[in-house]
Amino acid sequence: MSTTVSPPAQGSRRRRSGNTDRGFNRVFRWIAVGAGATILAVLAAVALFLVSEAWPAIMASPEELAEGVPRYPEDTSLLAYLGPLIYGTILAAVLALFLAVPISMGIALFISHYAPRRLSQLLGALVDLLAAIPSVIYGLWGFFTLAPVLTPIWMWLNDNLGWIPLWGGNASPTGRSMATVGVVLAIMILPIITAVSREVFLQTPKLHEEAALALGATRWEVVKTAVLPFGRSGVISASMLGLGRALGETMAVLMILSPGFTYSLDILAAGQHQTIAAYIAADFPESTGLGVNTLIAAGLALFVITLAVNMAARWVVARRKDFSGAN
Amino acid sequence: MERLVNLSRFTRAGSAVAVGALAFSLAACGSDPEPAGSSGDETTEASEESGDDMEGGLSGTVSGGGASSQEAAMNAWRAGFQEANPEATVNYDPVGSGGGRTGFGDGSYKFAGSDAPLDDEEMAAAESQCGEGGVIEFPGYVSPVAVAFNLDGVDSLNMAPETIANVFLGEITSWDDEAIAADNPDADLPSTDITVVHRSDESGTTENFEEYLYAAAPDVWTAEPSGVWPVDGQESAQGNSGVVGAVQAGQGTITYADASQVGDLGSVAVGVGGEFIEYSAEAAAEVVAQSPRTEGTSEYVYTIELERDIPGTYPIALVSYSLACTTYADEQTAELVKGFLSYLVSEEGQQAASEAAGSAPLSDTIREAVLPGIESISAG
Repeated sequence: MSTTVSPPAQGSRRRRSGNTDRGFNRVFRWIAVGAGATILAVLAAVALFLVSEAWPAIMASPEELAEGVPRYPEDTSLLAYLGPLIYGTILAAVLALFLAVPISMGIALFISHYAPRRLSQLLGALVDLLAAIPSVIYGLWGFFTLAPVLTPIWMWLNDNLGWIPLWGGNASPTGRSMATVGVVLAIMILPIITAVSREVFLQTPKLHEEAALALGATRWEVVKTAVLPFGRSGVISASMLGLGRALGETMAVLMILSPGFTYSLDILAAGQHQTIAAYIAADFPESTGLGVNTLIAAGLALFVITLAVNMAARWVVARRKDFSGAN
Repeated sequence: MERLVNLSRFTRAGSAVAVGALAFSLAACGSDPEPAGSSGDETTEASEESGDDMEGGLSGTVSGGGASSQEAAMNAWRAGFQEANPEATVNYDPVGSGGGRTGFGDGSYKFAGSDAPLDDEEMAAAESQCGEGGVIEFPGYVSPVAVAFNLDGVDSLNMAPETIANVFLGEITSWDDEAIAADNPDADLPSTDITVVHRSDESGTTENFEEYLYAAAPDVWTAEPSGVWPVDGQESAQGNSGVVGAVQAGQGTITYADASQVGDLGSVAVGVGGEFIEYSAEAAAEVVAQSPRTEGTSEYVYTIELERDIPGTYPIALVSYSLACTTYADEQTAELVKGFLSYLVSEEGQQAASEAAGSAPLSDTIREAVLPGIESISAG
């Protein structure tokens, strides 16, 4: 009905106005363009700042760095110095993702396909609430509450399954290890992965699901054959959003982890790993000169990693899009 | 038809959520590193402004910064001074000792706090700001550093310097080790493993503790003291409260921390000249009072060579220096700094700091030695 009426109305308005790009319409176009350009400008400014401030550290010889940077060991190139930090950052994020993705998908599927309507709304709101808790609170909680609770579990893993490389070494008696950090980070990224996954699962075409049911599929088989394939790219991009947050998390890591600079796999041991963001936050207050430049070089590395992760996520999503039906 | 319409609606909803989530995650990523950078910016702004908005009498604003160890005491001093001079504002930015010395050297801080005395290079920079011989430096804040531990049923242990060094190196690994038992014949020591917790951030407390070990147990502790802990693979935490929290969370843990922070943890009575001394503000004040002044410095530079083996004193004391100039470009800054430092070293000021931060009040000898320098502050 409405389609038959509206074209003439539009046509007459256009005739009266002549050029549509005028008045506030024009202003708004420039506001929108300006907003878009701001993103690029900010990104460029941050990149420029990082490169220019990191430059002295990149150019400095190992001897100068050992002289000017407090923690710097002798005869190490900047890359070799930052290597364990990059490793620690990625290790923390991957651990968090490994724990968070299955749980998030479970929550999202429960909310979208299993829970009664009222419960699902409440649960959704509660999960979103998790995202509203500041990271420093997670840090305090992890430090004072979670670490002591997890310590016996880590000790048990270390005693009984210590032959698995991940759980080897000397387990920390205070629980201030990468394993605890991974758990806290997983809880922090849970809401974002859950929220996005939930929306994607809800998008599954009802016809697909009903077709599966008509063929005699159980609930689980519907999820397996209709919902999961459809939502795959959405879950991947959700995970990448979570990964981005885990990579840059500072405060919680700073408060919980006993840092160290090694390539160790022992996530239960103290003093083995450190993430870039926590390293910068910990050392900035007492740093001067080349020390600050080195910290910013670490920041540059984090910037590059985060960009790379986001690009990879976009590439994966774009590649998967054609097959998933989510377009 | 129906299906298409539905899909597009859901897609829009989904993308709205995705965009929202993306914005959220970006905000979350972006906000984290900010505090460090932004506080740095504020520092320079605040200190640049300070020179301009001066008014008559003891009013106006003066900005300093430096050692975070002095923060609690500095808050007490600022409160006390501003109560006496309601028109005056004193700012102190606890950026850290290194930042304080740099800021003082380039003139952005009118006064500064530092856990270590100025080295030759920094002194040269400071003299270019203050004029030849115009730097005032004195130990305005002295605080005992306690060696604290968490061990069920044990409140206090005696340890010789060599024992402490071996424990912190990880050479002594259990609490019933012979070296500990020998000095504590009455204590009931469990066989719990010792877990050392050190500061993960660079800190003046660490440097001071290392200096103590380096001086008192030179055969055992061979690492050159610096603000960074030299032993790898041990537990660590950020800040005094962090290490104390970590020690409380574990069993058989030991750390070093500013004495005001250790609360009800057990503490080590440190061996000095054959006896064992518990930490206390008085015993720490004594070590500063009895240590000799550094020789060959300019008139108003009162730095001390901390002696770690004076009987009856507590040898692990964090000595934090206050820095100022004898001459300032304008009258108001000079008057403000003079008034503030006079209050800082006064008996009243030291008492206020002692109550607020558990620091050791300055001895009369040192007060009398540094007062002429503060009195001489003037414009010109």
